Amino acid sequence: MSESIRIKKGLDIKLKGRADKTLKEADVSHYALKPTDFTGVFPKMLVKSGDKVKAGTAVFFDKYRDNIKFTSPVSGTIKEIIRGAKRKMLEIRIESDGKFESEDFGAADPATLTREQIIEKLLNSGVWPVVKQRPYGIIANPDNTPKAIHISAFDSSPLAPDLDFAVEGNQNEFQTGIDVLSKLTGGKIHLNIHETNTKSQVFLGAKGVQINKFSGPHPSGMVGIQIAHIDPINKGDIVWTVDPQSVIIIGRLFKNGVYNPQKVVVLAGSEVKNTGYYKVYSGASIEPLIKDNLTGDNVRFISGNVLTGTKIERNGYLGFYDNLITVIPEGNVQVPFGWLIPRPGKHSFYHTAFSWLTPNKEYRLDTNLNGGERAFVVTGAIEKVFPMDIYLIPLLKAIMVDDIDKMENLGIYEIIEEDIAICEYISTSKINMQEILRNGLDYLRSEIG
Amino acid sequence: MKIIRKLLDSIKPHVQEGGKFHAFHSLYDAAETFFFVQDHVTEKGSHIRDGVDMKRTMFTVVVAVLPALLFGMWNIGSMHFKSIGQEVAMTEAFWYGFLKLLPLIIVTYVVGLGIEIIFAQSRGHEVNEGFFVSGILIPLIVPVTTPLWIVAVAVAFAVIFGKEVFGGTGMNIVNPALLTRAFLFFAYPSAMSGDFVWIAEKADAFSGATPLAHLAAGNSSGLSVMDMLVGNYAGSVGETSAIAIFIGAFILLFTGVASWKIMASFFAGGLAMGLLLNGLASSFPQNAYLTLPAWQHLLIGGFAFGGVFMITDPVTATQTERGKWIYGFLAGLLAIMVRVLNPAYPEGVMLAILLMNIFSPLIDFYVIEANIKKRLKRAKVSA
Repeated sequence: MSESIRIKKGLDIKLKGRADKTLKEADVSHYALKPTDFTGVFPKMLVKSGDKVKAGTAVFFDKYRDNIKFTSPVSGTIKEIIRGAKRKMLEIRIESDGKFESEDFGAADPATLTREQIIEKLLNSGVWPVVKQRPYGIIANPDNTPKAIHISAFDSSPLAPDLDFAVEGNQNEFQTGIDVLSKLTGGKIHLNIHETNTKSQVFLGAKGVQINKFSGPHPSGMVGIQIAHIDPINKGDIVWTVDPQSVIIIGRLFKNGVYNPQKVVVLAGSEVKNTGYYKVYSGASIEPLIKDNLTGDNVRFISGNVLTGTKIERNGYLGFYDNLITVIPEGNVQVPFGWLIPRPGKHSFYHTAFSWLTPNKEYRLDTNLNGGERAFVVTGAIEKVFPMDIYLIPLLKAIMVDDIDKMENLGIYEIIEEDIAICEYISTSKINMQEILRNGLDYLRSEIG
Repeated sequence: MKIIRKLLDSIKPHVQEGGKFHAFHSLYDAAETFFFVQDHVTEKGSHIRDGVDMKRTMFTVVVAVLPALLFGMWNIGSMHFKSIGQEVAMTEAFWYGFLKLLPLIIVTYVVGLGIEIIFAQSRGHEVNEGFFVSGILIPLIVPVTTPLWIVAVAVAFAVIFGKEVFGGTGMNIVNPALLTRAFLFFAYPSAMSGDFVWIAEKADAFSGATPLAHLAAGNSSGLSVMDMLVGNYAGSVGETSAIAIFIGAFILLFTGVASWKIMASFFAGGLAMGLLLNGLASSFPQNAYLTLPAWQHLLIGGFAFGGVFMITDPVTATQTERGKWIYGFLAGLLAIMVRVLNPAYPEGVMLAILLMNIFSPLIDFYVIEANIKKRLKRAKVSA
């Protein structure tokens, strides 16, 4: 019943600063909800500065889909509401009272609940946004019934956490979460594991799922790539995706009746002195984790991985969907003849440089663009790292000229940014492909809905 | 490096917005990025980026061309002294060729890069490195005796009408280097063909005909296989030495800069047409050219040079992997067909590649269309 799918195309980028598998405690008192984490959401506030909240108290909702609520991850006080240009809401900062009390949503066995009751519970508690939909990579629409739900049980991106380690001890919650999700789709729940690396019974022992085995280089762990290999998305299809730690959060809601967005996150990267796994709540401030724990000052903090993550400040907060904090050096230095002379510290996919001779070396890569932006010139490279039957450059060009028919025909519904991030990495023309794709997805959504 | 940095820093304020020489900022940027990889960091998307950029990619091609270039320089001198009946040392021959070719290279770069910089400036782009390659290829595919002003006119035509009007490197339909040659070929045929243009300062008594001219006239090429490989005969500067070109091919394929699919299918196409013509030879005994062994076609004339450096230009070739097979094969086929069967043109490689440049978007269109059809079919089956 379980398929084994070997992904041949791809590229593993080995970075320095992989996290030690030690679970550490962190004393985090500040948290934030960032509306910018949620693609396409227009926040409408429900609280103001100084309000007391519990975990699960609604903080804002989406103007366009008002049943989708976003709730506080912890109990405490709303400290500050940060706005940017044009009063765009950036962060709602919450100071924890250290009690981690939750609103009571009532424990319930998902088997006894109807689909509507389950959805209502997920919406009210603010857990719902963990369910994302394809196409578009936005929060799922509760009115839809997806043809399948996909869960990727391993992450192949650089420095990514070992999800086996992250979910340890949550077998019951994970299974409850699966039971909940199975009520939401008429189709299958696909649990996509790594052929050899996934060993946790949380995944291997899960019931009510179809287990698919994957192997191969990044992006084999990206759920979009996995969907394409199992059951590709066609026009009109809707598929939902959830990450394993979010399944556990769903499980806790139904088992214990609480909103408890605790998860295991990784602090990693070449500029971190002591890397490790931390048990924190969603939206945690990274400050306590990085304090006195960095090797230098000229660094970039990323919530997420180096390919798809979000740049945050030194006193920034973990993103809603992220379970990784990466710290890498900034590359704001000029290098004499950097394009010409061999630089052993640089990594490249191409054989015009020499890093391919040392495939197991770990690199300390910085944020330098390593060149200037150019038109598309090199061909045939994307085809070696992008394991999907999609002509990406023609698709990106179709997006640039707003050609909706072409975008649909070339398969835009099958991908979101994270699936093509590796193509952006290897682009010798230094083209921001993820940004172009997002523009195309937003445009389609605004035109078609 | 510090001195250069200081110099650049002292110029910088004058070329920036509001400076007196703002009109030269693209030139400045090109120079600055040549000496220093800039301190620009990623703002959007992936936070880390591959260590290789367009400069390095293009530079690899220039390196790959060097063997043919150096051999070409020697061969210019060697052929010159041979025609006047002198025996000279290798270095002397090379030096003679070097001095003959250098003006061509300089004129090509000055005219081509000048135009590139002007267009980059007006568009607010950085200067694309594409012309570094075109600029080294152009002197290699023309006769060494081509007057400099003609080269300048041809380069200007090719860069403006072959490239910039389409939006610059990456947007062009046809290969600018080949377009330069085509322009010369049709606008100034006397400077580009015949027996007198291929050898610098040739003595009149010496035959300066290329092997292709001999063959077209119904004679034998007059070359041994060794000659074909080494390349010590008359022809365009860089095209004669198969060995030098194959060193370049090795560099291009090893680094992956050129598509091995295009290269292999181009040679396969040439060989296929050569074999077909061999097969027809007995039916048309009046055309002795048909009997030239198919594999020899690949070694003489511009075939090897075109197959290694021209057709593999990623911008003007097909961009889909499947399309690359078709594109290369058809170009190889056509090149030999024109060469042998069309008496008006002694060589068909340039025209074949230019023609296929124009057809490559069409090939891509059908390859991509097949992908679209597959996707639509999948949607229907599952619906």
